[in-house]
Amino acid sequence: MIPALEVRGLGYELRGRFLVRDVSFTVGAGETLVLLGRSGSGKTTTLKLINRLLEPTSGDVRVAGERVADLPVTRLRRRIGYVIQEVGLFPHFTVERNVGLVPRLDAWPPARIAARVRELLALVGLDPDTFVRRYPHELSGGQRQRVGVARALAADPPLLLLDEPFGALDPITRVELQREFAALEGRIGKAMVFVTHDVREGLLLGTHIGLMLQGRLAFLGSPDEFRRSDNPECRAFMAAA
Amino acid sequence: MSLLSFYARNSQEVLGLVGQHVYLVAISTGAAIVIGVPLGVLLTRRPGWRGPVLGVANVFQTVPSLALFGFLIPLPFIGGIGARTAIVALVLYALLPIVRNTYEGIAGVDPAVREAGRGMGMTDWQLLAQVELPLGFGVILAGVRVATVVSVGTATIAAAIGAGGLGVYIFRGVAVVDDTLILAGALPAALMALAADGLLGVAERRFAWRAK
Repeated sequence: MIPALEVRGLGYELRGRFLVRDVSFTVGAGETLVLLGRSGSGKTTTLKLINRLLEPTSGDVRVAGERVADLPVTRLRRRIGYVIQEVGLFPHFTVERNVGLVPRLDAWPPARIAARVRELLALVGLDPDTFVRRYPHELSGGQRQRVGVARALAADPPLLLLDEPFGALDPITRVELQREFAALEGRIGKAMVFVTHDVREGLLLGTHIGLMLQGRLAFLGSPDEFRRSDNPECRAFMAAA
Repeated sequence: MSLLSFYARNSQEVLGLVGQHVYLVAISTGAAIVIGVPLGVLLTRRPGWRGPVLGVANVFQTVPSLALFGFLIPLPFIGGIGARTAIVALVLYALLPIVRNTYEGIAGVDPAVREAGRGMGMTDWQLLAQVELPLGFGVILAGVRVATVVSVGTATIAAAIGAGGLGVYIFRGVAVVDDTLILAGALPAALMALAADGLLGVAERRFAWRAK
């Protein structure tokens, strides 16, 4: 079976320095690869090389078997859900228009968009009747990130990229969202790449853990293998948990 | 002679001059928007052009308006005596606030919003039309407001090169040392500037998304 995401020998060089070097992994449907690592280890850069917010200088990324370099960049991105820490909701759009953004870009009929938006808000634990007409500034941080996740899922993309989605939340809301997200993962069956530096979050949400160190993948394995690994960087992270 | 009786006796002429004045301001500000907004957008896409373009626009601001009107008179096509030359000068003055505010309105959009838009597959045009221009609209409008208010004042000087407008009374009043005549031109011009400022200010606050 063709994996949802296949990364081979991925590299990104900027002014003679490799920010990402020789990174390879595969993520199938229903799997979540957590990219762990310190700040500046290349996690976010790797994510942006997948949806081509940055263009790889070497290697190959395939989404559902297609080379991303061969796809028109806007079409590629509409097939990949993208969630960032700052959420990036459009402040002049209601929750409904924010969540319905990609379906509208893809010219779905309005009734289908409206139904999809309600379905997604319910999925992320927000009452549709209460929230569709609200603006982002009327939401709490946790509610905003729920909307951000709903927006990323709107066009039912097979692949989801998440860049520290819960990083800016208060500790209690963060734990709440992590738990709900863990339950959500099983239900929606997407392939996900989830960037975080929080090892506990990574072990809770990942089916696989990839540990990045200075642009390279220093470890790749299951959460159990990660816990038992004698790789010094893995142990440094486990000690911090 | 009091101001009111002056207006009563010369109502036709007053209305004509007010009309000319509004015409000068509206045409020049309109043209400055048509030129300045795309130029400001272009600067957000070509950051290297920002310094030179804003620099040139800045230079026009520093030329005294009477001198600028004078400089334009001998030029072919855009020069000569009359409204056309005045409009060219007024456009040059209005460009800087509009170009600069368009640039700043768009550059001030939250980078996370832009990244989310691009990351979800919006084209550059979609991002511009649906996100950057609407979010920058309040700031752009502030530039239009400044340009309009400045134009109302500068347009009074356009009478010096035969462009008409309320400056006709002011120049005539200065020539014959008649305060009522000066006031007859200055007062409606001031009211016009205040009205433009107020109306555009209301519109501007209506679109100030980032303040929320």
